[in-house]
Amino acid sequence: MKRGLSAPLRKWMAHVSVCEKCSYENSFPIDGGNYDNAGQVSGKIKTILKDMGIGNNVVRMVAVITYESEINIVSYARQGMIRLHVLPEHIEIEAVDEGPGISDIHLAMQQGWSTATDKIREMGFGAGMGLNNIRNFSDIFHISSDVGSGTRLKMIIHIQQEQNC
Amino acid sequence: MNLETIVQALQLDVKSGRDKLGVEVRGGYVGDLLSDVMANGREGDLWITRQIHQNIVAVASLKDLAGIILVRGAEPAADTLEKAVRENIPLLTSNLPAFVMAGRIYQMICPRNA
Amino acid sequence: MLLREVQKILDAEVLVGAEKLDMEVHTAFGADLMSDVLAFADSGCLLLTGLTNPQVIRTADVLDIAAIILVRGKKPPPETLRAAADKNIPVLSTKYILFESAGRLYEKGIVGSAQKVDGPRVRL
Repeated sequence: MKRGLSAPLRKWMAHVSVCEKCSYENSFPIDGGNYDNAGQVSGKIKTILKDMGIGNNVVRMVAVITYESEINIVSYARQGMIRLHVLPEHIEIEAVDEGPGISDIHLAMQQGWSTATDKIREMGFGAGMGLNNIRNFSDIFHISSDVGSGTRLKMIIHIQQEQNC
Repeated sequence: MNLETIVQALQLDVKSGRDKLGVEVRGGYVGDLLSDVMANGREGDLWITRQIHQNIVAVASLKDLAGIILVRGAEPAADTLEKAVRENIPLLTSNLPAFVMAGRIYQMICPRNA
Repeated sequence: MLLREVQKILDAEVLVGAEKLDMEVHTAFGADLMSDVLAFADSGCLLLTGLTNPQVIRTADVLDIAAIILVRGKKPPPETLRAAADKNIPVLSTKYILFESAGRLYEKGIVGSAQKVDGPRVRL
């Protein structure tokens, strides 16, 4: 467990205290089908959060969520993006894509259900676990999808007090 | 060692193939990719996996594996269980993770004076 | 146990991270499904896997996994080795299958990695 604030977070918190609307926000584009780069965005996000002094548990949860989201976009969509929004008490993540969408969300959330290709399975994904992982690591999870248009995930992860102070 | 002994010792839940627990377990294989197990599993291997897709039953059947253990609380998909019952393949479940399951079974079937 | 001892027990070749063989490891996780690893593996564990693509390294990096053991004599493609060197994650290759690798390590006292994940929390 992290005790005490790191220098970057102290600086950031001081900044926040004088301007409550201030927070860290960034968007990261992701190309569909680009398996070679899959994982780079989540890697960047993990580094950003670590540098901000966010606790290890929260960083781990966000890293898993963004990594699985990134794999989904690369595997199924034409293109997409992950938006990261770090606020003093929680982290918001949105994963939005332009792609085929999901016709039956209930089915897609079932453990083991997947439309993955062999290529995806060979990488160790596509076993119908990803969306469940994302949901299980989020404090709040919302999914919506339009067939033929795309899928949008929104996740919120609380930053516990003890991990910051 | 027969499968029944391992089922008893590790308290595995028997989902199907109860009348085939007398089968001899000759070795073990841990793997989650069907193509890997198809290529490298050997007859009499007890297969430890998290893969719950119904094709695991076909692989176990084709390769004459001793049985399948789904680990870390994984439950077979409905069509997987149906198929395992129909083909009479021992399908077992446990809460132990794959590493520990492999470790325990290895100790039972490959005792060495290390 | 030191990673050096793991290397001896598995008669493994060190592909990346020869300078990190003195790190301590206590737990291990064996899987080919990266989503399984992401859901359950602890940071600091050994990852035993038959996969060799760069996603194995990215998964290990996400979770701060200590080292990767490639089983069944697998040699990874250059991009995997580059990613591992980049992230400073040791990669070892053993000729044993995952079952036997797990058996040998478990016998010598390495225990299972057991990150607990609660079920779904709040859903909108």
